[in-house]
Amino acid sequence: MRAPTAAEAKRGEVLLAVEDVSLTFGGVRALTNVSFDIRKGEIRAIIGPNGAGKTSMLNVVNGFYQPQSGRITFKGQERKSMRPYAAAQGGIARTFQNLALFRGMTTLDNILAGRALKMHRGFFWQLLRYGPALREEVEHRRRVEEIIDFLEIAAIRKIPVGRLPYGLQKRVELGRALAMEPDLLLLDEPMAGMNLEEKEDMSRFIIDVNQQYGTTVALIEHDIGVVMDLSDRVVVLEYGRKIADATPDEVKRDKNVIRAYLGEPHGVSV
Amino acid sequence: MQALDPHLDTLPKLLLHNATARGSRTGMRHKDFGIWQAWTWQQMLDEIRAFSIGLAELGLKRGDKFTIIGSNRPRLYWAMCAGQALGAVPVPVYADAVADEMAYVLAHAEVTLGVVEDQEQVDKVIAVSDRVPLLQQVIYDEPRGLRDYDHSRLMAFADVQEIGRKKLASDPACLAQWEASIAAGKGSDLSVILYTSGTTGRSKGVMLTFANTIVSARNANAFDRLDENEEIIAYLPLAWVGDYIFSYVQAYAAGYCVNCPETAETVLQDRREVGTTYAFAPPRVYENLLTLTMVRMADAGALKRKMFDYFLKLADRWGEKILDGQKVPLGARVMYALGDFFVYGPLKNQFGLTRIRIGYTAGEAIGPEIFRFYRGIGLNLKQLYGQTEASVYITAQPDGEIHADTVGKASPDVEIKISEQGEVMFRSPGVFSGYYKDPERTAEVLTPDGWVHTGDAGFIDPKSGQLRIIDRAKDVGHLKDGTVFAPKYIENKLKFYPNIREAVAIGGGRDFGCVMINIDLTAVGSWAERNNVVYASYQELAGNARVYDMIARHIDEVNRSLSEEEVMAGAQIRRFLILHKELDADDGELTRTLKLRRGHINERYAPLIDALYNGATEAQIATEVTFEDGHKGVIAARVTIRDMKPYPVRQTKMERAA
Repeated sequence: MRAPTAAEAKRGEVLLAVEDVSLTFGGVRALTNVSFDIRKGEIRAIIGPNGAGKTSMLNVVNGFYQPQSGRITFKGQERKSMRPYAAAQGGIARTFQNLALFRGMTTLDNILAGRALKMHRGFFWQLLRYGPALREEVEHRRRVEEIIDFLEIAAIRKIPVGRLPYGLQKRVELGRALAMEPDLLLLDEPMAGMNLEEKEDMSRFIIDVNQQYGTTVALIEHDIGVVMDLSDRVVVLEYGRKIADATPDEVKRDKNVIRAYLGEPHGVSV
Repeated sequence: MQALDPHLDTLPKLLLHNATARGSRTGMRHKDFGIWQAWTWQQMLDEIRAFSIGLAELGLKRGDKFTIIGSNRPRLYWAMCAGQALGAVPVPVYADAVADEMAYVLAHAEVTLGVVEDQEQVDKVIAVSDRVPLLQQVIYDEPRGLRDYDHSRLMAFADVQEIGRKKLASDPACLAQWEASIAAGKGSDLSVILYTSGTTGRSKGVMLTFANTIVSARNANAFDRLDENEEIIAYLPLAWVGDYIFSYVQAYAAGYCVNCPETAETVLQDRREVGTTYAFAPPRVYENLLTLTMVRMADAGALKRKMFDYFLKLADRWGEKILDGQKVPLGARVMYALGDFFVYGPLKNQFGLTRIRIGYTAGEAIGPEIFRFYRGIGLNLKQLYGQTEASVYITAQPDGEIHADTVGKASPDVEIKISEQGEVMFRSPGVFSGYYKDPERTAEVLTPDGWVHTGDAGFIDPKSGQLRIIDRAKDVGHLKDGTVFAPKYIENKLKFYPNIREAVAIGGGRDFGCVMINIDLTAVGSWAERNNVVYASYQELAGNARVYDMIARHIDEVNRSLSEEEVMAGAQIRRFLILHKELDADDGELTRTLKLRRGHINERYAPLIDALYNGATEAQIATEVTFEDGHKGVIAARVTIRDMKPYPVRQTKMERAA
């Protein structure tokens, strides 16, 4: 049922490569010489104990932080520094650990906001809402409705997101990221604070996004069970260093990983 | 009994007729991607024909049974007609049926092919396929998530249509063959098998012919003057006879438009957008709407609340009279018009009932207060009484003769009588031809001269001349002292309180009457919020002492009203408890149409029932529950039991005379 197996993914070309990246905030070393890659079409997980540097890693990929050293190659192009909007234009979309939605706007408008970069007509054309601008808007709405259908949120289409339960807000945020039609989707703890049923729903959506749209996904997640089920390959960080990078099965058996999570080296399986 | 035109005596023939007679009128809509997609009768014919010929190519033939599983979507309705055009028989199954029930029905009905909605249903069918040996092929409507499935026995709806279209294009004789197969169908042919979710034992497959359903549908259309201009919304389970007749047969017979909602959660909104003119719903739907409104009103500002209360009182006093065309003073009419502007109109608009000409409630008794509320605000709500075995219609209320406590007069062409044991019996053109592969149980219900035992105890109300249903005949019992104890009668009185969702009355063969209560989480939850009652779960709220106080007050009122009724006064409730979990169809406590399964409940809750009668004030219970994903767990709780003080029984007329 899972789309590309790890073996298939290995055949996929590298979409994003991180080499020797280090990031410091004053004296605090958030990331130290981290290297890994994300291949086209895979679901890649970044895990690690609290404060391991997972979100920092995502922020570096996203262009939100500038690493002090190291190289990042996205779609074959090496980049030194990048602004988040440039990353968005380049095809990287993300969701946030703490939701970042427009709370007073409806689900529909929030997802439509994700289409902003794809709007070609200017402000005044949009005001006129006539001819090409109207056609464009209809097309965007159609794409948004596909996403609403995909995420099964038709019932909340016209409800301001501030009134929605947390699990649904997370889904709306995923919808907005999808509206950008990204090549790479970064998910920062997509299941945090969810109950079992919501987690199962969200897992299914992530798999479906990956299968149906062929979107490459990189996700940070605390629920190890979910990570092991979902992802093709896993990077494990601890104190800003990479301690493992392998398939879920291999990571589960890795002594360093077990030690990092449980602090005990013998006879315990995660 | 009217004879059916042999050119219009099957549903596929009606489809051909509608495609010619009203080909450019809209026959069906479905909200998809946020927009109402519409199909004219002509387009529907195209879709159904392509699918039907595709089915024939896949090997479906006359006499085969095929199943339909899913929610109300156009393609699933079309699939029924497409199969019937070939002479095959649809067997719709409840979409929320658990694997066991589904396996039983599919195997018993000897289903060879399935048309299902989506991945969820495909998974379920695959899971039981080893118990359904004849099943060859599964066709799905929604391809999402199914891409990587083994497609050796699986196919998309659109692909089947593609096979049909190719065949039509390449074989000139194909169209004539298809139409000949429709012409070969007769009114007396078996048209559908509907499995009833019996309150006891395995479900039974009710066999209905085309003539059964079409005559019933035509009569119903004539009775309420329904024509091609009606708009209805299809949202009740496909496997329920009500939906089959109402959203399919009546629509084909009258040529009206059936609207399929976007999702189950958007029905209210979708109904408002469509502006349905004719509605059919179990009382629960009306109850939920009202509960939701009352909960929201409790949070509204003081002025709005005052206005709401004032005009509702006015509606209660005059609304029904205006609706029934009786004499009403001018002043009241003016005030009612004002009320319509400020309260009733907006309310009906919120409910999506503005354009409703006729609304039916059926399936269970409706609370007189709820019934009066809707009629008061100007909705022509009526009651009907029906059964799967009757192709729905047994009795219905004619316009202007509406009573909350009766279910109406015999429908056109229907004869009713009350047996010596007090059981309601009927005979009509809609009477089923038997239970599928079950002559024994057929003989228990269907007499040789065509009368059907309904299993309901009832009588003809001398005042109105309409039928009144008391309870299931087998449920009516007696207390040890001989007092009649009709559990459903008491339960219905209790369920009319918004705070009480479900009630189980016990008393047959016992010393006195007791009840077990399920609170309504929406209503009581909102009350808890306003009264600073903190709770984390249903179980905790149910066990709260103040909730017990509130329920005790409701029961006290019910006891008082029982004490005023001659027959029921002795059946007052002496003790009660609030159950620690909600009764659920997944646990076998309710049927799929949400009726109580008493036998099963008595078994599961035996420790609680024992405690009700041995004087204990608390009882320990552990019950196994099934979660939505099918895995099981145990819920354990200590449940409190409260005593109630009965009202003195009023002297009956006979005693006074003595």
